Amino acid sequence: MITFISPTLEYAILAPMLIVLAGALIGVLIEAFAPRSARANSQLFITLTALVLSLASLIRVRNSASTTAAMESVTFDGAGMLLQASILVISIIAVLLLADQENFTALASALPGSDEERASLQKDLRVTEIYPLTLFAVAGMMLFPVATDLITLFVALEVLSLPLYLLAGLSRRRRLMSQEAALKYFLLGAFSSAFFLMGIAYLYGYSASTTLAGIHAAVVGGTGNDIYLLLGIAFLSIGLLFKVGAVPFHAWSPDVYQGAPTAVTAFMAAATKVAAFGAMLRIFYVSFAEALYQWRPALIAIALITMVFGSLVAIAQRDVKRMLAYSSIAHAGFLLSGVIALNKSGLDASIFYLFAYGVATVGAFGIVTLVRDSAGEVTDLNRWSGLGKRSPWVATAFAGFLLAFAGIPLTSGFIGKFSIFSAAYESGSTAILITGVLSSAIAAFFYIRVIVLMFFKDPVEDGTSVVIPSLYTQVTIIVSAVVTFALGIYPTPLINFIQSTASFLR
Amino acid sequence: MDINNYLYLSAILFTIGAVGVVVRRNAIVVFMCIELMLNAANLSLVTFSRINGTLDGQVVAFFTMVVAACEVVVGLAIIVTIYRSRRSASIDDASLLKR
Repeated sequence: MITFISPTLEYAILAPMLIVLAGALIGVLIEAFAPRSARANSQLFITLTALVLSLASLIRVRNSASTTAAMESVTFDGAGMLLQASILVISIIAVLLLADQENFTALASALPGSDEERASLQKDLRVTEIYPLTLFAVAGMMLFPVATDLITLFVALEVLSLPLYLLAGLSRRRRLMSQEAALKYFLLGAFSSAFFLMGIAYLYGYSASTTLAGIHAAVVGGTGNDIYLLLGIAFLSIGLLFKVGAVPFHAWSPDVYQGAPTAVTAFMAAATKVAAFGAMLRIFYVSFAEALYQWRPALIAIALITMVFGSLVAIAQRDVKRMLAYSSIAHAGFLLSGVIALNKSGLDASIFYLFAYGVATVGAFGIVTLVRDSAGEVTDLNRWSGLGKRSPWVATAFAGFLLAFAGIPLTSGFIGKFSIFSAAYESGSTAILITGVLSSAIAAFFYIRVIVLMFFKDPVEDGTSVVIPSLYTQVTIIVSAVVTFALGIYPTPLINFIQSTASFLR
Repeated sequence: MDINNYLYLSAILFTIGAVGVVVRRNAIVVFMCIELMLNAANLSLVTFSRINGTLDGQVVAFFTMVVAACEVVVGLAIIVTIYRSRRSASIDDASLLKR
């Protein structure tokens, strides 16, 4: 009969995640017991402290000898460490955006347009639950790319998703749109996690094991029923491709990007992508590498469609948040070529790209929060015209982020795109290389159109103005801009570090 | 009885759930269809657990139940909020976010 083994937990290795979870729990306690006036500042303090401490303990864990924890359901290797560090850095700068009161509703339960809502706004209430929710999401994101067990993967996926569904519905302005975004995100997210779970069931049926190493052994041994393997890879990939927003599983992302509070969009767009691509890289590199003829053609097709579709549809967008959403779809396509490459340089390039893209995304959405009129943020691109003449600094920073998205030299985007396409070429996917470069050229068109709009058109006088950013928002934007350009001008130290560190432990 | 029949049943339930998500218009019904899909996956997991002779599949099924319960909490909160502000839980009415 099967004996039950009492599990061991290596707390030292799990420390970075546990610190974030502890911070989240303290946040919940503050919500319950602290007086309302003290909540906002203490929550922000706890959140930032937890994230910084977690980053510090991550650096310490790096030197520890043991690499698996919690009965091999978590593997801590070079790639996992880099991905966790990226998620933490992105979260720290994104959390600073959350601190701006203008982004969130005063009372989530008040009906839009009701007296209750007006009273809550007058009383200057704040939804401080956003901080613990964010920390829970960060903990899930950190667990997702280091999980080497299908159960842990599924739990991590839900822990990162559920808080984001709620956060998407908490916008201060245009609350109906925000709630609608939360509904769409939730229904489609739960739909895709059902597929993910079915994939887990089939992979378990194929390999009689729930660990990635066990699945790898079954793939190498080739004794299982191949239909289960195919179904398992397909269903699991649907769940992952949904999270990264690849075509044809992208339908949620423009709506959610537009409807969610911009600070949440920044966090979600950047950090979820790192987590989901991290998990995807690990699953495909560790478990399915030997079965590549089963999945590679389909994934190449999805990558090609995603790049081209994202770039083409972004041209037609008149809303800056929707444009950035379609641009993120195109970037998901570029990042998929790192998964397809299936070699060491593909892994290195993906990690660099994820970090560079995540930081630039937070910065870009940070700037979107600044352009406002009396009714809230102005996201209509036509009303952004002449922004460069009114607020040269803000417009220049936004132009910098757009150039990074477009992959113009001297920005981090260029290094990322160059290395990820050369990795794909190295692995023999010429189609990816050609389509990638062509769709980058299409994408550059609409990024540069926005820059022209901001700097070479006359401003419209309709009350659109750039607010003076709060200190927190300033830090976010300055840090993202500095990182984006520093990685473009002098990327060698980070690239060398990634090359020497990044590897998946089988 | 052939144990594979449970797998066929699970696949049929999963398909009914997936079709329901696409076809039905009430957010609550769509959500129930998603729950049906999760439970279909559970049935597969338990069946595979029996076929493989390991307990892992049943453990996953337990985790799935917990996760599904959490999803209900979050999902119903969102759906009720939408219903209160629009007096309708139809996902066709929620269409402000179209171009």
